[in-house]
Amino acid sequence: MTERGSWPLYEVFVRGKRGLNHVHVGSLHAADAEMALHNARDLYTRRNEGVSIWVVRAEDITASSPAEKDPFFAPSGDKVYRHPTFYAIPEEVPHL
Amino acid sequence: MAATEQELSAVFEQTIAADQRIEPRDWMPEAYRRTLIRQIAQHAHSEIIGMQPEGNWILRAPSLRRKAILLAKVQDEAGHGMYLYAAAETLGVDRAELTEKLIANKQKYSSIFNYPTLSYADVGVIGWLVDGAAICNQVPLCRCSYGPYARAMIRICKEESFHQRQGYELLLAMVNGTEAQREMVQESTNRFWWPSLMMFGPPDGDSPNTRQSMAWRIKRHTNDELRQRFVDMTVPQSEALGVTLPDPDLRWNEERGHYDFGEPDWDEFKAVISGSGPCNAQRLAHRRRAHENGAWVREAARAYAEKQTAKRTGRVAA
Ligand SMILES: [Fe+2]
Ligand SMILES: [Fe+2]
Repeated sequence: MTERGSWPLYEVFVRGKRGLNHVHVGSLHAADAEMALHNARDLYTRRNEGVSIWVVRAEDITASSPAEKDPFFAPSGDKVYRHPTFYAIPEEVPHL
Repeated sequence: MAATEQELSAVFEQTIAADQRIEPRDWMPEAYRRTLIRQIAQHAHSEIIGMQPEGNWILRAPSLRRKAILLAKVQDEAGHGMYLYAAAETLGVDRAELTEKLIANKQKYSSIFNYPTLSYADVGVIGWLVDGAAICNQVPLCRCSYGPYARAMIRICKEESFHQRQGYELLLAMVNGTEAQREMVQESTNRFWWPSLMMFGPPDGDSPNTRQSMAWRIKRHTNDELRQRFVDMTVPQSEALGVTLPDPDLRWNEERGHYDFGEPDWDEFKAVISGSGPCNAQRLAHRRRAHENGAWVREAARAYAEKQTAKRTGRVAA
């Protein structure tokens, strides 16, 4: 179905302002990375929504499987001692 | 140890029941996927085709200010189309494929864009009524169960408010102008009122897919609920403008706490949806021409990108 001129898919990440991470905002098609940046600017930052843009070919992204009960995330599931609330400290001890 | 379809379906139903979002790589029923593809594609096509009626006036805008505003508005609609095609693509279809279906007349778009724009007042009335109706439809879609669609809608809704306000402001300027300008606004309202009410789709009794879409939380309200909400919101706005909405049955119903209003001409709606509206052929022909005329650009850009890649990798290898 893809015609001869069809362009690859890029995922777009935008830094909203200084001090924030780049956040995924959507995707678009472009012939190359430079065009993807220009299109991303026109498409996702028409109202000053960003100060910096990353584009990545969608096919270059490696992702975990999406299910929430994924065993991939099991290692962090049973390690309550990684959270500060795991530790009981007497109330009178300050600054802890 | 693959999960059975039953187990997957149970997880899907739980996610929906908990009002959580379904994301692209989650398992979902085929019918859910199909419904979403159809709805999102139709929505994307509407944004793209929707550029034409207003685009018609860009070169004839009455001032530079109005021209800049209209240009920005039409550009937004292109953006909305792109957000939505991107959302549809997360369901496993290709944008080029959807465009092919649109220009082959195999997928629909909103009936409203098959009406002509005959005067500059139409730019104002479209912003006020058509974007107004779109907002009514779209705000609940921001909570749609499918994540990418909901996120696209949030983005779109933020931009729609500008569309509606610029339209209303244009109309305010006109009704405060000459008698001829006031007449233009009334005449345009007369043409666009009923087609705007049709934007919410057929009456609930005639909308067989609504129940399932609501169960899946794609839709949150029925067509008639949204239509009523739109009428209730719009009547005071029409009074502030001093225009008459062309419906002799329109009146406040104290008991219901809503406006009563007349029945749109559903035969006209069906005719326009199925291709015999005043501008269907023109809209599709224009879109087809734009697509075909752009083919060499898409091919050239692609060839250039391939050449650049070859050069780069060639240098690395050397
Ligand atoms: Fe739009
Ligand atoms: Fe709009």
